[in-house]
Formats: sequence, C-alpha cells, structure tokens
Amino acid sequence: MVLDQLQRMGAATIHSVMGLGRAALMLLGAIFGKPSIRKGTPLLIKQLYVVGVLSLLIILVSGLFIGMVLALQGYTVLVKFGAEQMLGPLVALSLLRELGPVVTALLFAGRAGSALTAEIGLMKATEQLSSMEMMAVDPLRRIISPRFWAGVISMPLLAIIFTAVGILGGHLVGVDWLGVDGGGYWSAMQANVDLYQDVFNGIIKSIVFAFIVMWIALHKGFDAVPTSEGISRATTETVVTASLAVLAFDFILTALMFGG
Amino acid sequence: MSTRKIEILVGLFVAIAVGAFLILALKVANTGFAGSGDTYTLYAEFENIGGLKARSPIKVGGVVVGRVAAIELDKNYYTPRVRLEISRQYDNFPETSSVVILTSGLLGEQYLGIQPGFIDETVHILKDGDMIEDTRSAMVLEELIGQFLFNRD
Repeated sequence: MVLDQLQRMGAATIHSVMGLGRAALMLLGAIFGKPSIRKGTPLLIKQLYVVGVLSLLIILVSGLFIGMVLALQGYTVLVKFGAEQMLGPLVALSLLRELGPVVTALLFAGRAGSALTAEIGLMKATEQLSSMEMMAVDPLRRIISPRFWAGVISMPLLAIIFTAVGILGGHLVGVDWLGVDGGGYWSAMQANVDLYQDVFNGIIKSIVFAFIVMWIALHKGFDAVPTSEGISRATTETVVTASLAVLAFDFILTALMFGG
Repeated sequence: MSTRKIEILVGLFVAIAVGAFLILALKVANTGFAGSGDTYTLYAEFENIGGLKARSPIKVGGVVVGRVAAIELDKNYYTPRVRLEISRQYDNFPETSSVVILTSGLLGEQYLGIQPGFIDETVHILKDGDMIEDTRSAMVLEELIGQFLFNRD
C-alpha cells in the first residue's frame, strides 16, 4: 500500500519533470533554431498574419470597450470627490500598467494560443511532424520557431494598440459624453504618465507575457497526446495554464516594477 | 491568399502599432523628441520642502516655466537645497523674486511657485547658477493642525 503510494508519487514527479524538460528543450529549439533569413522570413510573415493581424479586431474592440468602461466607472467615483480631472491619469495608468498587457495576453491566449495548440496537435496526430523528420526537416525550425517569434513580436504590438485605443475610448466616454474637460483629460494624463516608468514597463510586461503564452501554447500542442481527445484537452490546458501563468507573473512583475 | 496581400496586411499591422506607440509616447506621456529645450539653473534653500520631488513643476502665475532638477541637503546647515531648471525662454527674473512651495488643491501634489519681484536700476537679473534668497517653505498640514490645537487655549 505505502509502496504503491510512493511509486505513484514518484511516477508523477518524473512525469512532470520530464514534461518540463521537453518544454525547455522545445523553447531552446524555438529561440535558437532560427531558420535562415531567406527561408525563414516568409514563414515568419505568414505567422505574423495568422497570429497578429487576425487578432487585431478582437484587440481593437475589447480595448475600446474596456477604456469606455474604465472612464464610466472612474467618473462615477471621482465626481464624488470633485476630482473628475483625474480621469485621464486613471484611465491611462490602469491601461498602460495593467490592463493593456494583461488583457491582451489573456485574449491572445484564447484567440491565438488555442489555435496554435490545436494546429500543432493535429499536425502531430496526422503524423505531419514525423514525416517532416523523415525528410530531414526539423519541425522545431520549420513549425515551432516561426510561430514562437511571430507571437513574441506581435503581442507587444497588440498591447500597445490595445492601450492606445482604450485611452481614446476613455476620451470618448469621459470627454464627449460625460463632459469632463478635454484639455484637462490630456494635460493631467501627461503630468502623471512617465515614458519609462509606465509606457516601457508595460511593454516589458507584455514581452514577458508573450514568451509565457507562446511557450505554453506551443509546448502543449507539441506534447499533445495524438488523439482527438488529447488535442481537445491540450487546447483547454493551453488557455487555462497560460491565463493563470500570465496573472501570476503579472503580480511578480508588478511587485518588481512598482512595488519598490 | 497571395503572399503579397499577407505582407501588406502585416506591414499595416506594424504601422498601426508604431502609430499607437507614438500616440502613447507623445500624447499620453508627453515626451517630445525635441526635449525640453535650453534651460538655465537657479538654486534656492528652504527650511522645509514638504512633499516636493525632483521633476515637480515650477510655475509662474500657473504657467509651467521649468522643473525641479534635484533636491539635496546642505551639509553645514541641514537645510534642503533645491536646484531649479528653468527654460531659457523665461530668463528675466529679477533677484528680488521669491520662491514659494505651493500645493495644487488641498491634498494635491506640491510645486514651486516663483513670484517675480520689482525691477529698478539697482536690481540685477538672475543668471545661471544664482541663488534665490527670498523663499517660503512648504505648508505642512500636520504643523498647521498642531499650531491650531496649541493656540486654542
């Protein structure tokens, strides 16, 4: 009985450590196994289109609405203190520091991460990856690396777009509908937002999240059990694990950047 | 979809992102590439600077003319010494001017206000590196409350 328990515990540990090792090897392959410029660039551009451009619509719409909601909620509280001129900094700082990178990463994990996992999982299930290896084509270089870099490049860009659209959405609600002074909205924002402290730290956050989301999505697909059930489980795991990891790392990064 | 179309769309995506970043950098954070322009330096010593920080604005009649560059403690007299960086555009303050630490609103952030003094033929104009003698310290709310409590009886 005790031995069975011990064996199960040991097996689970070995299994998870091996999974971690495979994930790390895959990450190394994806980062350093960059294909040559001539062959790799078309693949990268194709993936930038699939991962970045096709995510643009959901990012634009949700950024606009989140900015509008922030302005509406912030206004109802700030107006009680007669501090509605602080609406600009409220919207800008919460978007730049937190909501821009985090919500973009969550949406990105749902929109692009799950699709990548399913795509690669299906490639594995239909043995496309094995046949590539048979033809002496490294699937890490051909399949994983362009997708990884496309995600890491496009997610910060999406986060920047999200933030800018959110601030414009806040302007739409705060200034055009609720009647906050438009000059005050921008000038209070400019007085309180710092390029390095707020804008660059938000972009750094977004780059870290991009690494996490792409790593989890690609690894789950690459490591999926090659059955229809395994692919569906891998897709779900991608969204759940990536979202939780993004939220956890957000706390750590916030503590490092703004906590000190 | 043809490669050309995909490349155009990716280019458009990157262009939108660059535009959004420029909005954030220029419109939201107000960091012009041109910089803040030419400045000159003045010094002022206070008894108590309250909540004044480096990069706090310096205003004349509400118009921002410069920023606080640094705050250090004078080693001999233990008084805070503030370095003011003022735009070259406003280089005609007389030496009779005074500097006050003011608060925007009751609980807002603190800034430096310069009140220009009178000018006649014996008064010099402040130059780079000069010290403004006439200063008034920050209003510290706790001290005011303390005074109010002790003066009551």
